[in-house]
Amino acid sequence: MTATKAPTEPPAQQRTVRRPGDRIFAGSAKGSGIFILLVLAGVAVFLISEALPAITASSEDIPGGEGLAAYIGPLVLGTLLGAVLALLVATPLAVGIALYITYYAPRRIAAVLGYVIDLLAAIPSVVYGFWGLAVVAPKLVPFHQWAADTLGFIPFFAGPASTSGRTMFTVGLVLAVMILPIISAISREVFSQAPALHREAALALGATRWEMIKMAVLPYGKSGVIAGAMLGLGRALGETMAVAIILSGGAGATLNLISNSNPSTIASNIALSFPEATGLDINTLIASGLVLFLITLVVNMLARWVVNRRADFSGAN
Amino acid sequence: MSTETPLAPAGASTAAPTPGPVRTQRRLPRFAPAGLFLGGLVVGGLLSAVTGFSLVLAIIYGVVLGTLAVYVVSRSVEGRRKATDRLVTSLVTSAFGIAMVPLLSLVYTVLDRGLARLDGAFFTNSMYRVVGEGGGAYHAILGTVIITMLTALIAVPIGLLTAIYLVEYGTGRLKKAITFFVDVMTGIPSIVAGLFAFALFTLLFGNAIRLGLMGSVALAVLMIPVVVRSCEEVLKLVPNELREASYALGVPKWRTIVKVVLPTAIAGLGTGITLAVARVIGETAPLLITVGLITGTNLNPFDGRMATLPVYAYYQLTQPGTATQAFVDRAWTAALVLIILVMALNVVARLISHFFAPKTGR
Repeated sequence: MTATKAPTEPPAQQRTVRRPGDRIFAGSAKGSGIFILLVLAGVAVFLISEALPAITASSEDIPGGEGLAAYIGPLVLGTLLGAVLALLVATPLAVGIALYITYYAPRRIAAVLGYVIDLLAAIPSVVYGFWGLAVVAPKLVPFHQWAADTLGFIPFFAGPASTSGRTMFTVGLVLAVMILPIISAISREVFSQAPALHREAALALGATRWEMIKMAVLPYGKSGVIAGAMLGLGRALGETMAVAIILSGGAGATLNLISNSNPSTIASNIALSFPEATGLDINTLIASGLVLFLITLVVNMLARWVVNRRADFSGAN
Repeated sequence: MSTETPLAPAGASTAAPTPGPVRTQRRLPRFAPAGLFLGGLVVGGLLSAVTGFSLVLAIIYGVVLGTLAVYVVSRSVEGRRKATDRLVTSLVTSAFGIAMVPLLSLVYTVLDRGLARLDGAFFTNSMYRVVGEGGGAYHAILGTVIITMLTALIAVPIGLLTAIYLVEYGTGRLKKAITFFVDVMTGIPSIVAGLFAFALFTLLFGNAIRLGLMGSVALAVLMIPVVVRSCEEVLKLVPNELREASYALGVPKWRTIVKVVLPTAIAGLGTGITLAVARVIGETAPLLITVGLITGTNLNPFDGRMATLPVYAYYQLTQPGTATQAFVDRAWTAALVLIILVMALNVVARLISHFFAPKTGR
C-alpha cells in the first residue's frame, strides 16, 4: 500500500509500455472509424463511376431522348415539391407537439406521449405507402375537388382535380406525417433544455405560460427547430417507398399539386424503374441517385452545422 | 391555491377598479373553458349534421368553434393576455391530437386488413407455384431475418469499435471528422445506400448481379451511423472513476474497455443496437434494387435473389396477379407482420434497458 522505496524511475512523463493487445485494440478501433469515412467516400466514388457513362453519353441515348438534364430536372422539381410541402405542414405541427409534451401535458404522462409520437418514426415507410394509398388518397379526393373549384387561381391548385387522390398533395401530407417525429423529437429536446432560471424568471414576473414560452423557450430553441426541420427535409427528400406507392407520377415538370399528372421524385423513380432497367438506363438512374445524394448531403451538412453551432454557445455541455 | 382572487360583486369591478399596486384579475371558473369547448364541439356536430354528417368535419368544426368560444369568452372576461394563453393551449393540444389521427388510423387500417390472412399458412408456406389464393410469406420472413442478421454482423462490430474510438481514443481532427460524417451519414437516403451496394458489386462481379449480401451491405451503410451514435452516447455515460480505478490496478487500457467499460454500458449498448436493427428491418428501397424478389425459398445470402418481407409486401400490393384480392390480403398481412416485428424489437429494447441496467446501489 505504502511506497517504501524512493522512486527510482524517471518522472511519469515516460510513455507507458505499449502492450500488443493495446496496439491491436486501438488500431482496430481507429481503423473502424477510418473505414466509415472510406465508406462515405466510397458511396460518392462508386456512384460517380457508375453514373459516368450516363453523363458522357450522347443526349439521344438517355431515356426521353433529350439529355440527362432534361431527364433529371423534373424529378428534382418533384422531389423538392413534395419535401417542401411536407416540411411546411410538419414543422408547425411538430413544434406544437413538442411544446405540448414539454410544457403542457401532465408531467406523469408526458414521457408516454413522447414515446407514442416516436412510434410514428418506427413504422416502415412501405406501410406508410400502403396506408396513404388505401386511406389518405381516397379521403382527400373531395378536398382536391374543392381546391380545384375554389383555389384554382393559385398555380399549385390549378385543376383538373385528380379523382384517385394519388397526387403530389397527398404525398406531401403523408411525408409530413413521416417526418413529424423527427422534427418534434429534436424540438422537444431543445425546448426541455431551455434554462429553468429564465423560465421561472418569466413566470415570476407575471407572464402567462404562453408568454413564458415566447420569451424564454422559443428564442432558446429556435436553432434546434431549424436543425430538426432540415433533418426532416433530408428524410423527406430521400423517402422512396411511400412516394413510389402513392404517387401516380411520371409527367413532366409542373407545379400543379392536385392533378393526375405529377412529376415523379428521384427516389421513387429509381425504385419503380430500377428492377426492369438495363444498360444505360441503369447508369442514368444512378446519375439521378447521385444528384439526390448531393442534395441530401448539402441539406444534412447545413443542419448539422446549425446544430453544432448551437452546441458551441449553449453551455448545455 | 396561493392567491385568492376576491370575486368582486358582479359588474361592479369594471366600473371602479380597486386602487393599489395589485389589480385583482377576474378569472373564469375552473371548468368554464372545458365547458365552453364542449359546447363548441356540440355546435360543430350539429353544424356538420346540417350539411350531411361526417365525423371528420364534425370534429374539425367542433374544435375550431370550441377554441373560438373559449378565446372570445376569456378575452371579454379575463383580458387579452390570458385569452391568448388559452388560445395557444388549445392550439398546442390540437396539434398533438392531429398527430394522433394518422397513428390511430394507420394502426387500425393495417389491423383491419391484415388480420384476414394472419393464419398458419402465412407463416409456413412460400409463394412457390402460388398464383392465387393461399401462399404465404415463409420465405420472405426467413429472408428478412437472415439479411438483417448479416447486416447486424457487419454493422455492429464496425459501429461499436468506432464508438469506442470516439469515446476512448479519439482526439483532434480525426475524431471531429468522424463525428461529423457519421452525422451526415445518418441522412443518406436509403435508396442511395442501395445504389451504392449495387454499384460496388457491379464493379466487382459484373452486371445484373443480385445477392442477399448486397442487401446486407446496403442496410449496413444505413445501420452503422445509428449504432455509432447510440453506442457513443452510452459509452460517454460510463463514469471516468471506473476507468481510473482499473488503470490504477495496472490493467491495460484495452482490457479496461473490454472488462469494465463495455459491461457497465451493456444495457444501453443492447438497447441502441436493437433499435438500430428495428430501424433497418423495415427498409424496402435498398432491398428492392439489390436483392429483388423470388417466389421460392432461398436461404443463402451469397447466391442469387432472396425474398424479404417489405419487398414481398410491396410487390403483392402493386403487382397482383389475377386473384387480386388474395394478393392484396397477403400484402396487408405482410405489412402487419412487419409492424409487429418492429414493435417487438422496440419492446425488447426497452426490456433490455430495464433489466440489464447497472445496479446503482443507491
